[in-house]
Amino acid sequence: MTTPPTTAPTQAEIDAAIVEADRTAPPDPHHPNRDYPPYRSSALRHPRQPLLPIVDPEAVELAGPVFGATDVSSLDSDLTLGLAGEPAGQRITVTGRVVDRSGRPVPRQLVEIWQANAAGRYAHDLDQHPAPLDPNFTGFGRCLTDDDGSYAFTTIRPGAYPWRNHVNAWRPAHIHFSLFGTAFTQRMVTQMYFPGDPLFRYDPVLRSVTDQAARDRLVARYDHDLSVAEWSLGFRWDIVLDGPISTLFEDR
Amino acid sequence: MSLPPTPAQTVGPFFGYALPFTGGGDIAEGPESITVHGLVLDGAGDPVPDALVEIWQADRDGSLTGAPGSLRHDQVTGEVIGRHGLDFTGFGRVPTDADGHWAVRTVAPGPHRPGATPYLAVAVFARGLLHHLHTRIYLPDHADALRADFPDTGADRLATLLATRERDRRYRFDIRLQGDRETIFVDLR
Repeated sequence: MTTPPTTAPTQAEIDAAIVEADRTAPPDPHHPNRDYPPYRSSALRHPRQPLLPIVDPEAVELAGPVFGATDVSSLDSDLTLGLAGEPAGQRITVTGRVVDRSGRPVPRQLVEIWQANAAGRYAHDLDQHPAPLDPNFTGFGRCLTDDDGSYAFTTIRPGAYPWRNHVNAWRPAHIHFSLFGTAFTQRMVTQMYFPGDPLFRYDPVLRSVTDQAARDRLVARYDHDLSVAEWSLGFRWDIVLDGPISTLFEDR
Repeated sequence: MSLPPTPAQTVGPFFGYALPFTGGGDIAEGPESITVHGLVLDGAGDPVPDALVEIWQADRDGSLTGAPGSLRHDQVTGEVIGRHGLDFTGFGRVPTDADGHWAVRTVAPGPHRPGATPYLAVAVFARGLLHHLHTRIYLPDHADALRADFPDTGADRLATLLATRERDRRYRFDIRLQGDRETIFVDLR
């Protein structure tokens, strides 16, 4: 096991930085401030110049890529299949709807997920922390939303994951999501969390969303009706894509 | 009705086994194709080896009706085998390599409406970047039109949106997330 360098801040120092950052209103209250000191990797990776605002109803970005039957295989939405055996961990289903800010479904669009295994280890060479890899779990999946904007995945519940942002830093269990809308401006990469995780308050990535109501929108809810007896636990997580297309409609 | 959006979160360090796909940078190949490549750099000028660059663009005729099939699958193995090369999907996705370098092969886009200045739309994701960024790549033939489109923005800043021609059909476009010559990132409203 590798010990983080002694220059790494303590959790108490990160907690103080989170309190300090909470006092700074982000440019967009719905999203993280890209300049968020408690997440130390953001320091050199955020622009200092303001974004250039563009209003152009015919911009290329108001269209976007489309996907179809050839882009996904039927096995892609079940992360517990495709390898020799069953992955270790608790089987779950995660389902929900992808809509725009007007509430209109985003049909036939690509949803991609990736995650750690049940022990909190990613199938990636750069994750070498001492937790077991699972030969029966690679941890990524894809599906297309249906006509109603609904998506569904079967997977296992990921474990919490240690990282080097500070001493004794642990990411709450999460599933990464990548989403497309009807416009490239609606492109979204985010993370879904599990309800009641005690690590929420310590995690600078989640806390980078400084508004509690906005943070709550990153947390799935347990849905007992989605659970299957003696088989799987069900979680529901609906996703609202941001972007100016819906704004144009709202203004009419 | 206006629903509050789902917040963004960083793509993190481990997207590499999930998001990149075979042929992701081969948007279009053939005698008409061009190569666009460059580095993603941080505020210290160091390469960013864990970034993901996505391209969305019009076809040569300006059409924005990209076809499906960027991630075409082999039906036997389930593996992504890449585009069949007949349809133009308009979508590319490439991770940076250990040197922070990315490259796509594509065609120069046409004007997406009469008189429009063509460009490649770009989305950039990276570990450390909590909310992805959008920028644009304009080819050097359109430098004057770019300046005319953004008369209130200084020429020095606008130059960060211009690819430079390295040789015939090969263009360089570095993405600087921060610092001197920081790339212009756009906010479509």
